[in-house]
Amino acid sequence: MLITCPYCGPRDVIEFTYQGDGNRERPDPASQNFEAWNAYVYDRLNPAGDHNEIWQHSGGCRAHLRVVRNTLTHEISSVAFVRGDHSSAARRKAEDKP
Amino acid sequence: MAERQSPLEPELHVGSHGNFEHGVEILLTETRPGSIVQLAAWPGEEKKLIAAIRGVTGLALPDGAGGGLSDGVKSVFGFAPGKFTVTDEAEGLAAAFAKPVTPAIGTVTDLSHGRTAIRIAGPKAEWVLSKFFAIDFALPAFPVGAGRSTTHHDVFAQIQRTGTDQFDIYVFRSFARSFWEALCHASEEVGYEVQ
Repeated sequence: MLITCPYCGPRDVIEFTYQGDGNRERPDPASQNFEAWNAYVYDRLNPAGDHNEIWQHSGGCRAHLRVVRNTLTHEISSVAFVRGDHSSAARRKAEDKP
Repeated sequence: MAERQSPLEPELHVGSHGNFEHGVEILLTETRPGSIVQLAAWPGEEKKLIAAIRGVTGLALPDGAGGGLSDGVKSVFGFAPGKFTVTDEAEGLAAAFAKPVTPAIGTVTDLSHGRTAIRIAGPKAEWVLSKFFAIDFALPAFPVGAGRSTTHHDVFAQIQRTGTDQFDIYVFRSFARSFWEALCHASEEVGYEVQ
C-alpha cells in the first residue's frame, strides 16, 4: 500500500504509523458528559468502504495526515495535512509534471 | 570545541574493496561537517526562516517540498513542512542562527554531534541506494540539491543529492556504524573505494 504524502510524495506504508479513526471528536477536556467521552473512546463506524483516518508519516517528514482509505480495497482517495494546508510547503509542481 | 571522534572509525577501511577488478563504481566518504543544524519554523513563519537561512549561509532555498541546494561548503534542504537541515564545513552554525531565528520565528537545534554524514558517489550510487530506500532516486524525481527524509529498517535518514551521482546521507550517530557497514556490503558487488 502506498500513501502519497503531500510533502514527500508516494511512500510505502511501512513509513507511516496509524494514529486512529479520523471521525472522532474529542469532548472539551473539562467536559463531564459521560456519553460524549464514551463515544470518543469506544464508538467506531467500522465502515466497509471509505474511512477517514489519521496517519503520521513517522518515517519521513513526521507530519500528521488526514487520509481517506477504502477498507475493502486499500485504495487511498485523499491525503491532506491535518494541520492546515501548508500551501507554502506543498510538493513542487515541477517535480510532479516532468 | 572538543575534538570529535568518528563513530565509523573501527569500520572505516581506506582503500578499494569488493568486486573492483573492473573498476571502482562507488566512492564512500565521511564528510564530517563542522555544523549540522536543524531549523523549524512556526506555522506561517516559514518565509522569515528561509530569509534567515539566506542571511546566514547566502543560500537561497528554492520553493517547494524537499527543495535545497549546496555550494560545496554549506548545504541546506527542506525535510518536512517548515523544517530544514543546514550544514557547514565550519563549526558555529547554530550560534550564527541563534540571533536571526528569534523565538517568534522558530527553533534552532544543533545536531552537529548527533548526526553522521556519509557521502556516496559514483555511477552506481543510485543503484546502491535503491537497495536501501523505497524512494525514486532518478534525477527527474530527485533533482540535484533536493532533500528527502526516509527510513532504512526504521533507522531515520535524511538524504540530499549534492551531484548528479552524489548523495549525502545524514543518519543518527549511534546507528552510523551499522549503517556504514550495510552500505559497504551493498557496494561490494559493484566495487567501492573508501576515502
